Amino acid sequence: MSIFVDENTKVIVQGLTGGQGRFHGLRNRDYGTKVVGGVTPGKGGTDVDGVPVFNSVKEAVEATGATASFVVVPPKFATAAILEAAEGGITFIVCITEGIPAHDEAITYNRLVEEFPGVRLLGPNCPGIISPGKCNIGITSGDIALAGGPVGIVSRSGTLTYQALHELSQKGIGQTTCVGIGGDPVPGTNFIDCLRAFQDDPETKAVMMIGEIGGSEEERAAEWIKLNMTKPIVSYIAGVTAPPGRKMGHAGAIISGSKGTAQAKMEALAEAGVHVCNNPTEAGEKMVEIVKAL
Amino acid sequence: MDLFEYQGKQYFSRFGIAVSPGDIADTVDQAVEVADRVGYPVVVKAQVKVGGRGKAGGVKLAQDADEVRLHAGNILGLDIKGHVVHRVWIERSSEIAKEYYASFTLDRPNKVHLGMLSAQGGVEIEVVAEKNPDAIAFLSIDPVRGLDLATARRWVDEAELDQPAREQAAELLVKLYDCYTTGDCDLAEINPLILTPDGNVHALDAKVTLDENASFRHPEWEEFRATETEDPREKMAKEKGLNYIGLDGTVGIIANGAGLAMSTLDVVNQVGGTAANFLDIGGGANADVMASAMEVINSDPKVKVIFVNIFGGITLVDEVAKGVLEALGRVSISSPVVLRLDGTNAVEGREILAPHLSDKLMMEPTMLDAARRAVAFANA
Repeated sequence: MSIFVDENTKVIVQGLTGGQGRFHGLRNRDYGTKVVGGVTPGKGGTDVDGVPVFNSVKEAVEATGATASFVVVPPKFATAAILEAAEGGITFIVCITEGIPAHDEAITYNRLVEEFPGVRLLGPNCPGIISPGKCNIGITSGDIALAGGPVGIVSRSGTLTYQALHELSQKGIGQTTCVGIGGDPVPGTNFIDCLRAFQDDPETKAVMMIGEIGGSEEERAAEWIKLNMTKPIVSYIAGVTAPPGRKMGHAGAIISGSKGTAQAKMEALAEAGVHVCNNPTEAGEKMVEIVKAL
Repeated sequence: MDLFEYQGKQYFSRFGIAVSPGDIADTVDQAVEVADRVGYPVVVKAQVKVGGRGKAGGVKLAQDADEVRLHAGNILGLDIKGHVVHRVWIERSSEIAKEYYASFTLDRPNKVHLGMLSAQGGVEIEVVAEKNPDAIAFLSIDPVRGLDLATARRWVDEAELDQPAREQAAELLVKLYDCYTTGDCDLAEINPLILTPDGNVHALDAKVTLDENASFRHPEWEEFRATETEDPREKMAKEKGLNYIGLDGTVGIIANGAGLAMSTLDVVNQVGGTAANFLDIGGGANADVMASAMEVINSDPKVKVIFVNIFGGITLVDEVAKGVLEALGRVSISSPVVLRLDGTNAVEGREILAPHLSDKLMMEPTMLDAARRAVAFANA
């Protein structure tokens, strides 16, 4: 099995007619994802390489029965697109947009929680989600993933996720689902949401968790792991040498005062029984060792 | 983007938050001119983006022009924790009856806004939080609902601000919240917020961090950007549109993706080296970006080696390889370059570079191997 998305997930792409939307949307379709429509206001009735375009999410959902949406629109319009998706009946929204103001994210997150409690937002500023062999929504290259499990991956970073997928695939170890939760300060989906889903997924036998400096989601995850997680977890946290007070590429990757350091996160996770590794390669090797012993 | 105190105060003023009258000065003569204008006594305050200015001698009271001349002369050029003072803020000295603390920031775990208010201001809030956490009144604010005056009134009561300060403080807090939200701040902090003996409440300091993701709706931030960094490498990188942070080490770093770039810094450190910078060239990097990145790193006299760490996802490694060659042809690079190329089209990328490998351009199969090789050069 996989978490959040599978071979039956029908996806629309908000922003399909744009350069990025077209590129990634069609790549996702070519991977085998059921990309059933696109949404661009004013361009309803046209198509992108055979994928029908609708004027609104509501129309697209009514016509196609889509339940997931891939939001690929510029920062200025992204939060409106997310809310339109929720209002239109979408229940799983993936937003890859980087550069959304934190205040807009905070308002959007809370509106989703209050008005659309059944909706899950992944991102913003994330690479998306891939259940290898079944469904790929986002910008992850399908080639580097390997179907069949047994590893679930959850990560705040894009390239480090690719690195993890690649290392495992090269060693013949597949993945159930790989979720990029993104590097922004207000992520719609957090580590705990993914860990809980992996814990409940019978095909996922072990989890790779990639964190980074900033915030305290890793520490909260550690608390949750201690009480709930029975499957082995390998973790790597980026930013051990990052200077405080600087945003390290991701808007959420910042050490504020003494808060959000990699050291604190690594200690909390180690204390919760997680295998904490010092670099991505070491984490890959550790996971191979664990999977072989399963 | 962190603002200087004077910029923070100017920003506060736009939202109607009371600050002391004052102005900036870059020379001793200007300082005297400003002081004459705002009226004595004045406070001469060093403008640096680092705490502990007072203890370092960067904040002085001046009763007259001679004292302004003396203090401004001492403070301009002063080195405060590695930050050299190029500008001072001169403001009318305030009589202080009480010092409070107020701030708004994002409560990341709970995904709401967090207000902190304390009747014990003037010291670092971390210290208050540690020694006397009950002295801080925390307020969780739903970003959808915001902060209204009635809530702010209850909040100042809860924080036990002195009675004469409460109504003005409540009004000021609503304005500060407006500054924080519509002004797109990551942090809006006043420490100290003061009550004067004649019963007025105003901001004696300003600490503001702006969310750069919101720049598109704040053209007025342009003036802050001009003074954002003193680091010539960062200035150059900014002009070239690169995501660069200058550090103190000797290994220049180019990576794609923020996570991988951070991880590269860590790995260099683990094998005994120090990074000269953080640089994320992002997705789909082409020859232009690569050339700009190499140029910026090459301009850093401390750099002894350049470590290019690429994992291709959407970014195609063969394109990166072409970019490296083009960059080397375009820019004269003085340091050796160590590459690690992996991911999509890595085989093709390595083939492109193979004929060009030399003792100035080297390739290693893994991130760790490449880090070791680079660090060996840096430490030689």
